[in-house]
Amino acid sequence: MMAKSVNSQVNKFNIKSNWIVIIVIISFLLFPLVIKNDYIIDVAFFFGIYTLLGLSLNIVLGEVGLFDLGHMGFAAIGAYTTAILNTSFGIPVLLLLPISAITAAIFAYLVCSPIIHLRGDYLCIVTIGMGEIIRLTLLNNPFGLTGGPNGVFGICFPAIGSWLIIDNCLKFYYYVWIVVGLSVVALIRLQNSRIGRAWNYVREDVIAAEASGIDVRNYKLLAFVLGAALAGVAGSIYATKLMIVSPESFTFMESCLLFCIVLIGGMGSIPGIFIGAAAISLFPEIFQAFAQYRMLFFGAVMIIMMMFRPGGVWPRQRGRIQTTSILIGADQSEL
Amino acid sequence: MKIIIEQLLNGLTIGSFYSLIAMGYSMVYGVMKLINFAHGDFFTFGSYLGYTLLVMGISYVTSTLGVWGGMIAAMLIAAIGTGILGIVVERIAYRPIYPAGRLPAVVSALGASIFIQNAIMVIWGPRPQAYTSEVIPGYILNIAGFRINILQIIILLLSFLLMGILYYIVQKTTFGAAIRASALDRETAALMGININLIIFFIFALGPALGGTAGVMVGMYYRKISFIMGWNFGLKAFTATILGGIGNIPGAMIGGLILGVLEMLGSTYVSTAYKDVFVFLVLILVLIFRPTGILGEKIAEKV
Repeated sequence: MMAKSVNSQVNKFNIKSNWIVIIVIISFLLFPLVIKNDYIIDVAFFFGIYTLLGLSLNIVLGEVGLFDLGHMGFAAIGAYTTAILNTSFGIPVLLLLPISAITAAIFAYLVCSPIIHLRGDYLCIVTIGMGEIIRLTLLNNPFGLTGGPNGVFGICFPAIGSWLIIDNCLKFYYYVWIVVGLSVVALIRLQNSRIGRAWNYVREDVIAAEASGIDVRNYKLLAFVLGAALAGVAGSIYATKLMIVSPESFTFMESCLLFCIVLIGGMGSIPGIFIGAAAISLFPEIFQAFAQYRMLFFGAVMIIMMMFRPGGVWPRQRGRIQTTSILIGADQSEL
Repeated sequence: MKIIIEQLLNGLTIGSFYSLIAMGYSMVYGVMKLINFAHGDFFTFGSYLGYTLLVMGISYVTSTLGVWGGMIAAMLIAAIGTGILGIVVERIAYRPIYPAGRLPAVVSALGASIFIQNAIMVIWGPRPQAYTSEVIPGYILNIAGFRINILQIIILLLSFLLMGILYYIVQKTTFGAAIRASALDRETAALMGININLIIFFIFALGPALGGTAGVMVGMYYRKISFIMGWNFGLKAFTATILGGIGNIPGAMIGGLILGVLEMLGSTYVSTAYKDVFVFLVLILVLIFRPTGILGEKIAEKV
């Protein structure tokens, strides 16, 4: 009983009780039917991709507080798994969605288990290195699989038999947002579960968490594996939409942008991720007219935002206590 | 044998760039505990300042300063300009945010990096620019059968001189002791009467100034600069910082040199295409087995 009451306090973002959420969902469902503009729908699709990537990094950075600046590497693994298996072996793309997730997860497990004990900035640097190694390896065309700088092209449309072929902007839009919706539900469930709470304890204070019997190492590893799996899914969808994958899409810069999504939105806050992803994906499109200056503005906005709302736009609320205030106010030298 | 020595020299040259950039990273990290992602872009900015003098003002340089004077003037201008930029960025992007904690500061640093990178693009144009050869000393010396570019010798000597000066300042002077003290514990250092603001001012002027000088050297050495090169060099330099032990000035120097040599030897004997992979692999191995770097001290576990 006790645990139940704590749960209801923990999460204010509750699907059943929040009518705003229903309005948001309906507007996302109706939006492309009202605005019949392929360009805008495409932008909304990429908004969905960034949301998915943001959610995946949120597991690692937001929930557990592990600095991961190579997260795009996992998305790259997912994207290339889909691309290579589809073009070389003709496996249907929808079937490859879970396979990409699993491949990215296995990879994350193998790569992260030796480095998981590193803390804070050291982990940050190793993940940068890891992301770069993945990108450079893909660039160098190992075994003639990845096509070097040109990438792999000619990926088929996702399809179930012949009656549902996802082949236009509208269908891709629904495809990505259905995946986002499912992930959000799963992640909210996860946040309230034993695992989610353990993650948050690890983030707030590793030593206290360890002292209270949480297996810190495995929980951190789990976060990396789950985050990588979701990033793999995002990468796979991204690859099928563009029908081509190339190492250019998975640079260090992209990983930084993901980092910004989580921190602009608010660490561990799912509605925050939507805001952060919107900022990252919509900002350059809105300011298209100032093409040369838009990234200049973007950098300036990032700095100004951190001045006025260092905890993010929509920090996660926990009962009446704001978690981020604890997190950023406290001494973080050992994070 | 001949190849090894020539590649060692090439590696040392590249390594000295990494060292110069890495020292700025290391000082800032040591005192502020902040990964200054904008540092790589300070380097690019310095490179472009040198470019402005050497290429855009070429008629002035060749008529009044000559090749050597032009080179030194370019480096000085790059150092001063980048130092000022460093101070300005610290004032605007870091100082107001620092009380909020380390994560917002990292985002702000990323923002500053994107801003500077794109400001360079807007000012000097998006295409890669070339340092012209007329103002760069480029004789090939033939010493005992080894073909050595005189530019490499100059770069090595200059960077060792700069590193030596910085090493002297940090390790031997009172001011250096104050820097080291604030790197160890800022609050206590402030209580002991050290002016932390002055220290921060100093490291944010000196670190970028060294980076800017390295920018001019890289421009002269590779003859080509682009506004995005700061990412790559910054990343390598940060790797060098970690390799040597973060927050440790001699460590940053040694780390940079080792990294440069490893990169060159790796590209000669393993694979040119994988030379960057090789660098990051070394980084990961070092971090797995000796996370505090080569010269780093073991940090006590907080209990």
